[in-house]
Amino acid sequence: MSSSQPGALMGFVHRRRRGAELFLLVLALTVGIGAYAAVGLGVEGVVPADILGYGGGLAALIIGAHVVVRFVAPYADPVLLPVVAALNGLGLAVIRRLDLADGTTFAQQQLTWMTVGVVLFAVTLLVLRDHRVLSRFTYTAGLGAILLLLGPLVPGLGYEVNGAQIWVRLGPFGLQPGEVAKVLLVVAFSGYLVVHRDALALAGRRLLFVDLPRGRDLGPILAMWAVSLGILVFQRDLGSSLLFFGLFLVMLYVATERPGWLVVGSALFFGGAAVAYKLFGHVQNRVNIWLDPLAYFDESPGSGQLVEGLFGMAWGGLIGRGLGQGSPERVPYAESDFIIGAIGEELGLTGVLAVILLYGLIVERALRSAVVSRDAFGKLMATGLAGVLALQVFVVIGGVTRLIPLTGLTTPFLSYGGSSLVANWVIIALLLRISDQARRPVPDLSATDESPDEEATQVVKIPR
Amino acid sequence: MSELTLFLVRAAYLAILWIFVLSAISVIRSDMFGARVPEAARTGGPAAPKQKKSKSKKPAKPRRGQPTHVAVTSGANEGITVPLEQAPILIGRGTDAAIRLDDDYASTRHARIAASGDQWYVEDLGSTNGTYIGSVRITQPTTLVLGTQVRIGKTVLELRK
Repeated sequence: MSSSQPGALMGFVHRRRRGAELFLLVLALTVGIGAYAAVGLGVEGVVPADILGYGGGLAALIIGAHVVVRFVAPYADPVLLPVVAALNGLGLAVIRRLDLADGTTFAQQQLTWMTVGVVLFAVTLLVLRDHRVLSRFTYTAGLGAILLLLGPLVPGLGYEVNGAQIWVRLGPFGLQPGEVAKVLLVVAFSGYLVVHRDALALAGRRLLFVDLPRGRDLGPILAMWAVSLGILVFQRDLGSSLLFFGLFLVMLYVATERPGWLVVGSALFFGGAAVAYKLFGHVQNRVNIWLDPLAYFDESPGSGQLVEGLFGMAWGGLIGRGLGQGSPERVPYAESDFIIGAIGEELGLTGVLAVILLYGLIVERALRSAVVSRDAFGKLMATGLAGVLALQVFVVIGGVTRLIPLTGLTTPFLSYGGSSLVANWVIIALLLRISDQARRPVPDLSATDESPDEEATQVVKIPR
Repeated sequence: MSELTLFLVRAAYLAILWIFVLSAISVIRSDMFGARVPEAARTGGPAAPKQKKSKSKKPAKPRRGQPTHVAVTSGANEGITVPLEQAPILIGRGTDAAIRLDDDYASTRHARIAASGDQWYVEDLGSTNGTYIGSVRITQPTTLVLGTQVRIGKTVLELRK
């Protein structure tokens, strides 16, 4: 028996842990519905009358997603779905709280978008049984991303909100195609890098610290990236430009294992930022506000929003004012970009830390799936998706807390915003699919040895 | 609504939030402290029952000797042997490879030899020039038995007792 010792660890089987997922989901629903009840208590003094209907609807959505996972991705990661459910539930409650103060109906719409998101989540898991299928659509995805990014520039279709032309009108809905484009770009980058990473890492000349790859290896992906970045800069969408740039760097670094890329990338970033600062008024404005927010409080493209957000968080302190007891509605766009400010005001540092930790967990689970994954495409895609979420959270929370200059982006799952919510649910579906493939036990190769035809549905086939 | 009730609601909600965070962390604590491999797996593997089955089914299988090492039988690195205890064994030109080849036709991370149950198999890691068994370029993990010649560039490897 001891002769098979080297095989013992390869034969290690991950537990499915669907029961643990269900337990966490119940807790996550408590977080979501509890927040809704606390908002009602805080603002109106009574538990909202529709708490049963609301809670039932939320529970039905989440349990539905759980059942789909149980059937089509039994080995998927048990933590991702509950964490996302909790963040989404908390986001809904905070948006509802702002609705009560402002007289808007964003929470209703957000709930509709969440339903769409969960349905697309289920559809993704049901249709996409093997994430490696996506690697066939490398260039299609790249082209799709660029077309989507170009959408808002088409006259009659795209329109401008707050100086950023990133919206597309489809019937009664306004959509941000950039949110979908980021998922497609991750697919395109990972599909391309999987095929070309050896050439990128080895062929080419050495310059300073970095092995510069040959133009024909880097060319296509560089073009794809430059076009998307160019479009975003043209649309004045700083946050997304930062996101895409960082995503590109992270994936290039992970694929080639050359730390030099980070050096070159950072140099390019600071160079680009300096040029942008000189050229664009709105960039200068953002940087000035970041350096000295109080000085621009009363100006017209001023720092009122940021400063009110900071005041709110300071007033919230360690444990916050309590849901419904602060006045986060003073901050413009508190329900989208500044939702973390609203949470900081009403739930305090304690709540914000919990939220950031939850994002950390999502990223950790995604990177974990990448580590465990057996195929390079899955590894890169999981890393890329983790990178997207991590960068987005960093850019927006860093901006709101004045760690970095503020650039508009949505906080994943919390912020009001249909496109973002739906795209992020699809990202989670992709991550669950990758982790399901990764944690599934290795098909028994010795069995396929005898009857390869019977094993045709297995992940690994043995060519005869 | 009295101040006290509101304070209790706030404290309770923060507690729920953190209970959720901590439960989520406790579910994945194996990531931080390492997964517990069951006692059976360490001594015989979860593959143990399978092994018995396959043995009884196929007594003719070359069970006399399990391979114990991989040897490079021709090419620039001829003579290198690596024990299979280090599995999975990475083969390639990169510095992290267990068998480091000085072969211009090999990729940085060219192929990998690993075990599933008591079977060994070789898997091409997306190399540029491919991994061959005989004259066939392998596209998926392929089983190896003692003496199967695996060709990588100008190098040939095989499993030995």
